[in-house]
Amino acid sequence: MPENAEHIVKSFEQELKRLRVLITEMGGMVESQVAMASRAMIEKDAALASRTVEFDPKVDAMEREVEQYVIRLLALRQPMAQDLRVIVASLKITGDLERIGDYAANVAKRSLVLDQFSLPYTLTGLAHMSELVQENLKRVIDAFGEDDTEKALHVWRSDEVIDQIYNALFRELITYMMEDPRNITPCTHLLFIAKNLERIGDHATNIAETVYYAVTGQPLSDARPKGDTSAYAVVRPPA
Amino acid sequence: MSTSIAEPVAGHAAAPDAAGTATPRLSIRNLDFYYGANRALKSVFLNLPDRTVTGMIGPSGCGKSTLLRCMNRMYDLYPGQRATGEILLDGSDILSPSIDLNHLRSRIGMVFQKPTPFPMSIRDNIAFGVKLHERLSKGDMDERIEWSLTRAALWDEVKDRLGSLATGLSGGQQQRLCIARSIAVRPDVLLLDEPTSALDPISTLKIEELIDELKQDFTIAIVTHNMQQAARCADQVAFFYLGEMVEVGPATQMFTAPTERRTQDYITGRFG
Repeated sequence: MPENAEHIVKSFEQELKRLRVLITEMGGMVESQVAMASRAMIEKDAALASRTVEFDPKVDAMEREVEQYVIRLLALRQPMAQDLRVIVASLKITGDLERIGDYAANVAKRSLVLDQFSLPYTLTGLAHMSELVQENLKRVIDAFGEDDTEKALHVWRSDEVIDQIYNALFRELITYMMEDPRNITPCTHLLFIAKNLERIGDHATNIAETVYYAVTGQPLSDARPKGDTSAYAVVRPPA
Repeated sequence: MSTSIAEPVAGHAAAPDAAGTATPRLSIRNLDFYYGANRALKSVFLNLPDRTVTGMIGPSGCGKSTLLRCMNRMYDLYPGQRATGEILLDGSDILSPSIDLNHLRSRIGMVFQKPTPFPMSIRDNIAFGVKLHERLSKGDMDERIEWSLTRAALWDEVKDRLGSLATGLSGGQQQRLCIARSIAVRPDVLLLDEPTSALDPISTLKIEELIDELKQDFTIAIVTHNMQQAARCADQVAFFYLGEMVEVGPATQMFTAPTERRTQDYITGRFG
Protein backbone atom coordinates (compact mmCIF):
# COMPACT_ATOMS: atom_id res chain seq x y z
CA MET A 1 0.00 0.00 0.00
CA PRO A 2 1.49 3.33 -0.99
CA GLU A 3 2.16 5.92 1.67
CA ASN A 4 -0.84 8.10 2.43
CA ALA A 5 -0.80 11.73 1.44
CA GLU A 6 -0.74 14.11 4.39
CA HIS A 7 -3.95 15.43 5.89
CA ILE A 8 -4.88 19.00 5.12
CA VAL A 9 -5.41 19.42 8.86
CA LYS A 10 -1.96 18.81 10.30
CA SER A 11 -3.14 18.40 13.88
CA PHE A 12 -5.34 15.47 12.81
CA GLU A 13 -2.33 13.89 11.12
CA GLN A 14 -0.40 14.22 14.38
CA GLU A 15 -3.27 12.82 16.40
CA LEU A 16 -3.43 9.74 14.18
CA LYS A 17 0.31 9.26 14.57
CA ARG A 18 0.01 9.61 18.33
CA LEU A 19 -2.75 7.00 18.37
CA ARG A 20 -0.45 4.54 16.60
CA VAL A 21 2.32 5.36 19.05
CA LEU A 22 -0.02 4.74 21.98
CA ILE A 23 -1.03 1.33 20.62
CA THR A 24 2.53 0.26 19.87
CA GLU A 25 3.59 1.43 23.34
CA MET A 26 0.79 -0.50 24.95
CA GLY A 27 1.69 -3.49 22.77
CA GLY A 28 5.27 -3.23 24.02
CA MET A 29 4.10 -3.12 27.64
CA VAL A 30 1.95 -6.19 27.18
CA GLU A 31 4.68 -8.03 25.29
CA SER A 32 7.10 -7.54 28.14
CA GLN A 33 4.41 -8.48 30.63
CA VAL A 34 3.92 -11.82 28.86
CA ALA A 35 7.69 -12.33 28.68
CA MET A 36 8.07 -11.58 32.38
CA ALA A 37 5.25 -13.96 33.30
CA SER A 38 6.77 -16.79 31.27
CA ARG A 39 10.21 -16.26 32.70
CA ALA A 40 8.87 -16.08 36.25
CA MET A 41 7.11 -19.39 35.69
CA ILE A 42 10.03 -21.21 34.09
CA GLU A 43 12.74 -19.84 36.35
CA LYS A 44 10.55 -19.98 39.46
CA ASP A 45 11.27 -16.30 40.07
CA ALA A 46 8.72 -15.16 42.64
CA ALA A 47 9.90 -11.54 42.65
CA LEU A 48 9.51 -11.31 38.90
CA ALA A 49 6.06 -12.89 39.13
CA SER A 50 4.98 -10.26 41.65
CA ARG A 51 6.29 -7.48 39.43
CA THR A 52 4.31 -8.92 36.51
CA VAL A 53 1.11 -8.77 38.51
CA GLU A 54 1.86 -5.24 39.64
CA PHE A 55 2.26 -4.26 36.00
CA ASP A 56 -1.42 -4.78 35.33
CA PRO A 57 -2.81 -1.43 36.55
CA LYS A 58 -0.44 0.34 34.15
CA VAL A 59 -1.84 -1.61 31.20
CA ASP A 60 -5.38 -0.87 32.36
CA ALA A 61 -4.57 2.83 32.60
CA MET A 62 -3.16 2.71 29.10
CA GLU A 63 -6.36 1.13 27.82
CA ARG A 64 -8.40 3.95 29.34
CA GLU A 65 -6.09 6.50 27.78
CA VAL A 66 -6.51 4.97 24.31
CA GLU A 67 -10.28 4.77 24.77
CA GLN A 68 -10.54 8.41 25.71
CA TYR A 69 -8.31 9.40 22.83
CA VAL A 70 -10.40 7.40 20.36
CA ILE A 71 -13.65 8.91 21.62
CA ARG A 72 -12.14 12.35 21.26
CA LEU A 73 -11.00 11.66 17.71
CA LEU A 74 -14.37 10.25 16.69
CA ALA A 75 -16.22 13.22 18.13
CA LEU A 76 -13.97 15.97 16.87
CA ARG A 77 -12.74 14.67 13.52
CA GLN A 78 -15.61 12.53 12.27
CA PRO A 79 -13.10 10.35 10.45
CA MET A 80 -13.80 8.57 7.18
CA ALA A 81 -12.51 5.54 5.28
CA GLN A 82 -9.07 4.37 6.36
CA ASP A 83 -8.82 6.92 9.15
CA LEU A 84 -12.09 5.63 10.54
CA ARG A 85 -10.95 2.02 10.24
CA VAL A 86 -7.63 2.68 11.98
CA ILE A 87 -9.30 4.56 14.82
CA VAL A 88 -11.92 1.88 15.40
CA ALA A 89 -9.23 -0.79 15.05
CA SER A 90 -7.22 0.94 17.79
CA LEU A 91 -10.19 0.78 20.09
CA LYS A 92 -10.57 -2.96 19.48
CA ILE A 93 -6.85 -3.67 19.72
CA THR A 94 -6.53 -1.87 23.03
CA GLY A 95 -9.26 -4.15 24.39
CA ASP A 96 -7.46 -7.25 23.13
CA LEU A 97 -4.18 -6.03 24.61
CA GLU A 98 -5.78 -5.37 27.96
CA ARG A 99 -7.12 -8.93 28.01
CA ILE A 100 -3.68 -10.28 27.11
CA GLY A 101 -2.27 -8.34 30.05
CA ASP A 102 -4.82 -9.98 32.34
CA TYR A 103 -3.86 -13.44 31.11
CA ALA A 104 -0.17 -12.67 31.63
CA ALA A 105 -0.89 -11.54 35.20
CA ASN A 106 -2.85 -14.74 35.78
CA VAL A 107 0.08 -16.83 34.53
CA ALA A 108 2.31 -14.96 36.98
CA LYS A 109 -0.08 -15.50 39.89
CA ARG A 110 -0.28 -19.21 39.20
CA SER A 111 3.49 -19.49 38.90
CA LEU A 112 3.69 -18.13 42.45
CA VAL A 113 1.47 -20.99 43.61
CA LEU A 114 3.44 -23.52 41.56
CA ASP A 115 6.64 -22.58 43.36
CA GLN A 116 5.29 -24.41 46.42
CA PHE A 117 5.18 -27.73 44.57
CA SER A 118 7.97 -29.94 43.34
CA LEU A 119 7.18 -30.84 39.76
CA PRO A 120 8.16 -34.30 38.54
CA TYR A 121 8.55 -33.08 34.94
CA THR A 122 10.02 -30.23 32.90
CA LEU A 123 8.18 -27.18 31.56
CA THR A 124 9.71 -27.37 28.08
CA GLY A 125 6.35 -27.66 26.36
CA LEU A 126 4.99 -24.58 28.08
CA ALA A 127 8.21 -22.68 27.44
CA HIS A 128 7.99 -23.47 23.75
CA MET A 129 4.35 -22.49 23.58
CA SER A 130 5.06 -19.25 25.37
CA GLU A 131 7.85 -18.42 22.89
CA LEU A 132 5.52 -18.90 19.93
CA VAL A 133 2.82 -16.79 21.56
CA GLN A 134 5.29 -13.99 22.26
CA GLU A 135 6.55 -14.10 18.69
CA ASN A 136 3.01 -13.77 17.37
CA LEU A 137 2.23 -10.95 19.75
CA LYS A 138 5.31 -9.00 18.73
CA ARG A 139 4.67 -9.61 15.06
CA VAL A 140 1.05 -8.48 15.19
CA ILE A 141 1.95 -5.26 17.01
CA ASP A 142 4.54 -4.60 14.31
CA ALA A 143 1.91 -5.38 11.67
CA PHE A 144 -0.31 -2.64 13.09
CA GLY A 145 2.54 -0.14 13.36
CA GLU A 146 3.63 -0.77 9.78
CA ASP A 147 0.25 -1.42 8.10
CA ASP A 148 1.70 -4.80 7.12
CA THR A 149 -1.02 -7.24 6.08
CA GLU A 150 1.51 -9.98 5.33
CA LYS A 151 2.67 -10.01 8.93
CA ALA A 152 -0.93 -9.98 10.12
CA LEU A 153 -1.77 -12.94 7.89
CA HIS A 154 1.29 -14.81 9.15
CA VAL A 155 0.10 -14.44 12.74
CA TRP A 156 -3.42 -15.38 11.76
CA ARG A 157 -2.27 -18.61 10.17
CA SER A 158 0.31 -19.64 12.75
CA ASP A 159 -2.08 -19.69 15.69
CA GLU A 160 -2.98 -23.25 14.74
CA VAL A 161 0.44 -24.50 15.87
CA ILE A 162 -0.09 -22.92 19.28
CA ASP A 163 -3.44 -24.65 19.54
CA GLN A 164 -1.84 -27.97 18.73
CA ILE A 165 0.81 -27.57 21.40
CA TYR A 166 -1.95 -26.72 23.83
CA ASN A 167 -3.80 -29.91 22.96
CA ALA A 168 -0.66 -31.96 23.48
CA LEU A 169 -0.03 -30.28 26.85
CA PHE A 170 -3.61 -30.90 27.86
CA ARG A 171 -3.27 -34.63 27.27
CA GLU A 172 0.14 -34.76 28.94
CA LEU A 173 -1.11 -33.01 32.08
CA ILE A 174 -4.17 -35.25 32.28
CA THR A 175 -1.83 -38.24 32.19
CA TYR A 176 0.24 -36.89 35.10
CA MET A 177 -2.90 -36.32 37.11
CA MET A 178 -4.07 -39.88 36.49
CA GLU A 179 -0.69 -41.29 37.47
CA ASP A 180 -0.64 -39.62 40.87
CA PRO A 181 -3.44 -37.62 42.51
CA ARG A 182 -0.84 -35.43 44.24
CA ASN A 183 -0.12 -33.98 40.81
CA ILE A 184 -3.66 -32.73 40.45
CA THR A 185 -3.15 -29.33 42.09
CA PRO A 186 0.05 -28.30 40.27
CA CYS A 187 -1.14 -29.79 36.99
CA THR A 188 -4.43 -27.92 37.19
CA HIS A 189 -2.48 -24.70 37.59
CA LEU A 190 -0.27 -25.67 34.68
CA LEU A 191 -3.34 -26.42 32.63
CA PHE A 192 -4.75 -22.98 33.34
CA ILE A 193 -1.40 -21.44 32.47
CA ALA A 194 -1.42 -23.29 29.16
CA LYS A 195 -5.00 -22.15 28.56
CA ASN A 196 -4.02 -18.56 29.35
CA LEU A 197 -1.22 -18.73 26.81
CA GLU A 198 -3.56 -20.24 24.27
CA ARG A 199 -6.03 -17.40 24.86
CA ILE A 200 -3.26 -14.84 24.42
CA GLY A 201 -2.62 -16.47 21.03
CA ASP A 202 -6.30 -16.10 20.17
CA HIS A 203 -6.29 -12.41 21.05
CA ALA A 204 -3.20 -11.94 18.90
CA THR A 205 -5.21 -13.53 16.08
CA ASN A 206 -8.08 -11.11 16.74
CA ILE A 207 -5.64 -8.25 16.47
CA ALA A 208 -4.35 -9.70 13.19
CA GLU A 209 -7.90 -9.70 11.81
CA THR A 210 -8.44 -6.14 12.99
CA VAL A 211 -5.18 -4.99 11.39
CA TYR A 212 -6.09 -6.67 8.13
CA TYR A 213 -9.44 -4.91 8.06
CA ALA A 214 -7.95 -1.55 9.03
CA VAL A 215 -5.45 -1.70 6.18
CA THR A 216 -7.50 -3.26 3.39
CA GLY A 217 -11.10 -2.46 4.29
CA GLN A 218 -11.92 -6.14 3.73
CA PRO A 219 -12.70 -8.58 6.52
CA LEU A 220 -10.55 -11.69 6.83
CA SER A 221 -12.78 -14.65 6.09
CA ASP A 222 -13.92 -16.45 9.19
CA ALA A 223 -12.58 -19.78 7.97
CA ARG A 224 -9.53 -19.56 10.17
CA PRO A 225 -7.81 -22.89 10.85
CA LYS A 226 -8.70 -23.76 14.44
CA GLY A 227 -6.70 -26.30 16.35
CA ASP A 228 -8.03 -26.25 19.91
CA THR A 229 -9.96 -29.52 20.23
CA SER A 230 -9.46 -29.95 23.98
CA ALA A 231 -13.10 -29.07 24.61
CA TYR A 232 -13.94 -32.49 23.16
CA ALA A 233 -11.04 -34.40 24.75
CA VAL A 234 -12.95 -36.01 27.58
CA VAL A 235 -16.53 -36.15 26.44
CA ARG A 236 -17.24 -36.11 22.73
CA PRO A 237 -20.39 -34.23 21.81
CA PRO A 238 -23.10 -36.47 20.36
CA ALA A 239 -22.77 -36.56 16.58
CA MET B 1 -9.92 5.71 -16.32
CA SER B 2 -12.43 6.63 -18.99
CA THR B 3 -12.13 3.22 -20.62
CA SER B 4 -13.03 1.40 -17.42
CA ILE B 5 -15.98 3.72 -16.94
CA ALA B 6 -17.10 3.26 -20.54
CA GLU B 7 -17.77 -0.38 -19.79
CA PRO B 8 -19.99 -0.45 -16.74
CA VAL B 9 -18.64 -3.06 -14.37
CA ALA B 10 -19.23 -3.86 -10.73
CA GLY B 11 -17.99 -1.02 -8.58
CA HIS B 12 -18.65 1.51 -11.29
CA ALA B 13 -21.82 2.34 -13.18
CA ALA B 14 -23.35 -1.06 -12.66
CA ALA B 15 -22.98 -1.00 -8.89
CA PRO B 16 -26.40 0.48 -8.04
CA ASP B 17 -28.13 -2.40 -9.77
CA ALA B 18 -25.93 -4.90 -8.07
CA ALA B 19 -26.40 -3.20 -4.71
CA GLY B 20 -30.18 -3.09 -4.68
CA THR B 21 -33.11 -4.59 -6.43
CA ALA B 22 -34.36 -1.16 -7.54
CA THR B 23 -34.34 -0.43 -11.27
CA PRO B 24 -32.81 2.84 -12.44
CA ARG B 25 -35.31 5.66 -12.78
CA LEU B 26 -32.75 7.88 -14.36
CA SER B 27 -29.84 6.50 -16.29
CA ILE B 28 -26.93 8.65 -17.40
CA ARG B 29 -24.89 7.18 -20.21
CA ASN B 30 -21.65 8.48 -21.61
CA LEU B 31 -22.51 12.07 -20.76
CA ASP B 32 -20.13 14.86 -21.77
CA PHE B 33 -20.81 18.48 -21.00
CA TYR B 34 -19.18 21.60 -22.40
CA TYR B 35 -19.10 25.18 -21.20
CA GLY B 36 -18.00 26.55 -24.56
CA ALA B 37 -14.74 24.73 -25.23
CA ASN B 38 -14.32 23.61 -21.61
CA ARG B 39 -15.25 19.96 -21.10
CA ALA B 40 -16.77 19.91 -17.63
CA LEU B 41 -18.05 16.34 -17.61
CA LYS B 42 -16.16 13.45 -19.11
CA SER B 43 -18.14 10.39 -20.22
CA VAL B 44 -20.14 9.99 -17.05
CA PHE B 45 -22.13 6.83 -16.44
CA LEU B 46 -24.49 6.79 -13.47
CA ASN B 47 -27.78 5.14 -12.58
CA LEU B 48 -30.26 6.65 -10.15
CA PRO B 49 -32.29 3.70 -8.84
CA ASP B 50 -35.98 4.34 -8.28
CA ARG B 51 -36.89 5.75 -4.88
CA THR B 52 -33.38 5.94 -3.52
CA VAL B 53 -31.11 8.81 -2.62
CA THR B 54 -27.95 9.29 -4.65
CA GLY B 55 -25.36 11.53 -3.03
CA MET B 56 -22.83 13.34 -5.20
CA ILE B 57 -19.62 14.49 -3.61
CA GLY B 58 -16.39 15.99 -4.84
CA PRO B 59 -14.34 19.17 -4.58
CA SER B 60 -15.63 22.46 -6.00
CA GLY B 61 -15.57 22.50 -9.76
CA CYS B 62 -15.64 18.73 -10.13
CA GLY B 63 -18.84 18.76 -12.16
CA LYS B 64 -21.46 17.56 -9.70
CA SER B 65 -23.66 20.66 -9.96
CA THR B 66 -23.18 20.60 -13.72
CA LEU B 67 -24.52 17.07 -13.72
CA LEU B 68 -27.62 18.18 -11.82
CA ARG B 69 -28.10 21.01 -14.31
CA CYS B 70 -28.01 18.44 -17.11
CA MET B 71 -30.70 16.34 -15.51
CA ASN B 72 -33.37 18.97 -16.04
CA ARG B 73 -31.74 20.82 -18.96
CA MET B 74 -31.12 23.99 -16.93
CA TYR B 75 -28.15 24.63 -19.22
CA ASP B 76 -30.53 25.20 -22.15
CA LEU B 77 -31.00 28.73 -20.88
CA TYR B 78 -27.37 29.56 -21.63
CA PRO B 79 -25.95 29.72 -25.15
CA GLY B 80 -22.64 27.94 -25.66
CA GLN B 81 -23.39 25.17 -23.19
CA ARG B 82 -24.12 21.73 -24.55
CA ALA B 83 -24.33 18.12 -23.50
CA THR B 84 -23.69 14.94 -25.46
CA GLY B 85 -24.58 11.40 -24.49
CA GLU B 86 -27.84 10.19 -23.02
CA ILE B 87 -29.88 10.79 -19.90
CA LEU B 88 -32.72 8.32 -19.87
CA LEU B 89 -35.74 9.07 -17.72
CA ASP B 90 -37.80 5.88 -17.69
CA GLY B 91 -36.11 4.92 -20.92
CA SER B 92 -36.56 8.10 -22.97
CA ASP B 93 -33.69 10.49 -23.60
CA ILE B 94 -34.26 13.89 -22.00
CA LEU B 95 -31.37 15.41 -23.94
CA SER B 96 -33.34 14.94 -27.15
CA PRO B 97 -34.21 18.31 -28.80
CA SER B 98 -37.84 17.25 -29.21
CA ILE B 99 -38.46 16.99 -25.48
CA ASP B 100 -40.95 19.45 -23.92
CA LEU B 101 -38.84 21.33 -21.38
CA ASN B 102 -41.75 22.52 -19.26
CA HIS B 103 -43.01 19.00 -18.96
CA LEU B 104 -39.51 17.73 -18.24
CA ARG B 105 -39.03 20.22 -15.40
CA SER B 106 -42.32 19.20 -13.87
CA ARG B 107 -41.05 15.63 -13.81
CA ILE B 108 -37.61 16.55 -12.50
CA GLY B 109 -37.76 19.18 -9.78
CA MET B 110 -34.82 21.11 -8.41
CA VAL B 111 -34.00 22.86 -5.15
CA PHE B 112 -31.01 25.17 -4.88
CA GLN B 113 -28.41 26.04 -2.29
CA LYS B 114 -30.07 29.32 -1.32
CA PRO B 115 -33.80 29.26 -0.71
CA THR B 116 -35.54 30.91 -3.67
CA PRO B 117 -39.10 31.71 -2.59
CA PHE B 118 -41.10 33.83 -5.06
CA PRO B 119 -42.07 37.25 -3.67
CA MET B 120 -45.66 36.18 -3.16
CA SER B 121 -47.73 34.42 -0.53
CA ILE B 122 -46.90 30.96 0.77
CA ARG B 123 -50.02 29.60 -0.91
CA ASP B 124 -49.18 31.19 -4.28
CA ASN B 125 -45.60 29.91 -4.12
CA ILE B 126 -46.98 26.37 -4.18
CA ALA B 127 -49.86 27.03 -6.56
CA PHE B 128 -47.73 28.83 -9.13
CA GLY B 129 -46.03 25.74 -10.56
CA VAL B 130 -49.11 23.55 -10.26
CA LYS B 131 -51.19 26.01 -12.34
CA LEU B 132 -48.68 25.76 -15.19
CA HIS B 133 -49.40 22.09 -15.62
CA GLU B 134 -52.78 21.32 -14.17
CA ARG B 135 -56.18 22.95 -13.92
CA LEU B 136 -57.42 22.25 -10.42
CA SER B 137 -60.56 23.34 -8.62
CA LYS B 138 -60.00 25.52 -5.57
CA GLY B 139 -60.71 22.57 -3.31
CA ASP B 140 -58.24 20.36 -5.13
CA MET B 141 -55.64 23.10 -5.12
CA ASP B 142 -56.05 23.62 -1.37
CA GLU B 143 -55.67 19.90 -0.92
CA ARG B 144 -52.52 19.86 -3.06
CA ILE B 145 -51.06 22.79 -1.10
CA GLU B 146 -51.72 21.05 2.21
CA TRP B 147 -50.33 17.78 0.86
CA SER B 148 -47.07 19.26 -0.38
CA LEU B 149 -46.54 21.43 2.71
CA THR B 150 -47.22 18.41 4.90
CA ARG B 151 -44.80 16.27 2.92
CA ALA B 152 -42.21 19.03 3.28
CA ALA B 153 -42.77 19.07 7.07
CA LEU B 154 -43.85 22.70 6.99
CA TRP B 155 -47.66 22.52 7.23
CA ASP B 156 -47.94 22.83 10.99
CA GLU B 157 -45.73 25.90 11.02
CA VAL B 158 -47.51 27.84 8.26
CA LYS B 159 -51.08 26.54 8.08
CA ASP B 160 -52.44 29.64 9.85
CA ARG B 161 -50.66 32.11 7.59
CA LEU B 162 -50.79 30.72 4.08
CA GLY B 163 -51.61 34.22 2.82
CA SER B 164 -48.51 35.89 4.25
CA LEU B 165 -45.37 36.56 2.25
CA ALA B 166 -43.06 33.62 1.82
CA THR B 167 -40.04 35.87 2.12
CA GLY B 168 -40.98 36.44 5.76
CA LEU B 169 -40.22 32.81 6.66
CA SER B 170 -36.94 31.77 8.26
CA GLY B 171 -34.20 30.38 6.03
CA GLY B 172 -34.93 26.78 7.01
CA GLN B 173 -38.65 27.29 6.45
CA GLN B 174 -38.02 28.93 3.08
CA GLN B 175 -35.96 25.95 1.99
CA ARG B 176 -38.68 23.53 3.05
CA LEU B 177 -41.14 25.74 1.15
CA CYS B 178 -38.97 25.36 -1.96
CA ILE B 179 -39.03 21.60 -1.49
CA ALA B 180 -42.82 21.74 -1.06
CA ARG B 181 -43.03 23.79 -4.26
CA SER B 182 -40.95 21.23 -6.13
CA ILE B 183 -42.98 18.26 -5.01
CA ALA B 184 -46.34 20.04 -5.51
CA VAL B 185 -46.18 19.25 -9.23
CA ARG B 186 -45.56 15.61 -8.26
CA PRO B 187 -42.26 15.06 -10.05
CA ASP B 188 -40.53 11.71 -10.44
CA VAL B 189 -37.09 12.96 -9.57
CA LEU B 190 -35.97 15.58 -7.09
CA LEU B 191 -32.60 17.29 -7.53
CA LEU B 192 -31.16 18.95 -4.43
CA ASP B 193 -28.14 21.16 -4.96
CA GLU B 194 -26.53 21.67 -1.54
CA PRO B 195 -29.95 22.17 0.01
CA THR B 196 -28.69 22.73 3.56
CA SER B 197 -25.44 24.62 3.09
CA ALA B 198 -27.10 27.95 3.98
CA LEU B 199 -29.06 26.57 6.91
CA ASP B 200 -28.53 26.27 10.66
CA PRO B 201 -27.93 22.79 12.17
CA ILE B 202 -31.52 22.21 13.30
CA SER B 203 -33.01 23.23 9.95
CA THR B 204 -30.41 21.00 8.33
CA LEU B 205 -31.56 18.04 10.40
CA LYS B 206 -35.17 18.75 9.45
CA ILE B 207 -34.26 18.71 5.76
CA GLU B 208 -32.33 15.47 6.24
CA GLU B 209 -35.32 13.91 7.97
CA LEU B 210 -37.44 15.17 5.10
CA ILE B 211 -35.15 13.56 2.51
CA ASP B 212 -35.56 10.29 4.34
CA GLU B 213 -39.34 10.66 4.14
CA LEU B 214 -39.44 11.81 0.53
CA LYS B 215 -37.42 8.94 -0.84
CA GLN B 216 -40.44 6.70 -0.32
CA ASP B 217 -42.09 8.57 -3.21
CA PHE B 218 -39.32 10.23 -5.19
CA THR B 219 -35.98 9.44 -6.71
CA ILE B 220 -33.55 11.91 -5.20
CA ALA B 221 -30.14 13.21 -6.20
CA ILE B 222 -28.35 15.39 -3.68
CA VAL B 223 -25.16 17.36 -4.12
CA THR B 224 -23.49 18.11 -0.83
CA HIS B 225 -20.14 19.24 0.50
CA ASN B 226 -20.90 17.71 3.85
CA MET B 227 -19.51 14.20 3.81
CA GLN B 228 -21.35 13.14 6.95
CA GLN B 229 -24.56 14.37 5.38
CA ALA B 230 -23.95 12.26 2.29
CA ALA B 231 -23.18 9.28 4.53
CA ARG B 232 -26.39 9.82 6.50
CA CYS B 233 -28.81 10.59 3.68
CA ALA B 234 -27.66 8.71 0.64
CA ASP B 235 -28.16 5.09 -0.34
CA GLN B 236 -25.49 5.30 -2.98
CA VAL B 237 -22.73 7.86 -3.30
CA ALA B 238 -20.84 8.97 -6.39
CA PHE B 239 -17.50 10.74 -6.16
CA PHE B 240 -16.57 13.22 -8.89
CA TYR B 241 -13.20 14.71 -9.63
CA LEU B 242 -12.21 17.00 -12.49
CA GLY B 243 -15.31 16.12 -14.47
CA GLU B 244 -14.91 12.37 -14.08
CA MET B 245 -17.07 10.12 -12.03
CA VAL B 246 -14.34 8.32 -10.13
CA GLU B 247 -16.35 5.86 -8.08
CA VAL B 248 -19.92 5.02 -7.16
CA GLY B 249 -21.04 2.56 -4.53
CA PRO B 250 -23.30 1.97 -1.53
CA ALA B 251 -22.86 4.82 0.97
CA THR B 252 -21.70 2.52 3.75
CA GLN B 253 -18.94 1.14 1.58
CA MET B 254 -17.88 4.51 0.18
CA PHE B 255 -17.28 5.95 3.61
CA THR B 256 -15.70 2.97 5.33
CA ALA B 257 -13.76 1.31 2.52
CA PRO B 258 -13.76 3.12 -0.84
CA THR B 259 -11.89 1.30 -3.59
CA GLU B 260 -10.34 4.29 -5.35
CA ARG B 261 -7.35 6.09 -3.91
CA ARG B 262 -8.68 9.51 -4.98
CA THR B 263 -11.98 8.89 -3.20
CA GLN B 264 -10.18 7.91 -0.03
CA ASP B 265 -7.88 10.94 -0.15
CA TYR B 266 -10.82 13.27 -0.69
CA ILE B 267 -13.17 11.98 1.98
CA THR B 268 -10.45 11.70 4.60
CA GLY B 269 -9.35 15.27 3.95
CA ARG B 270 -5.99 14.52 2.34
CA PHE B 271 -6.55 16.10 -1.02
CA GLY B 272 -3.18 17.41 -2.13
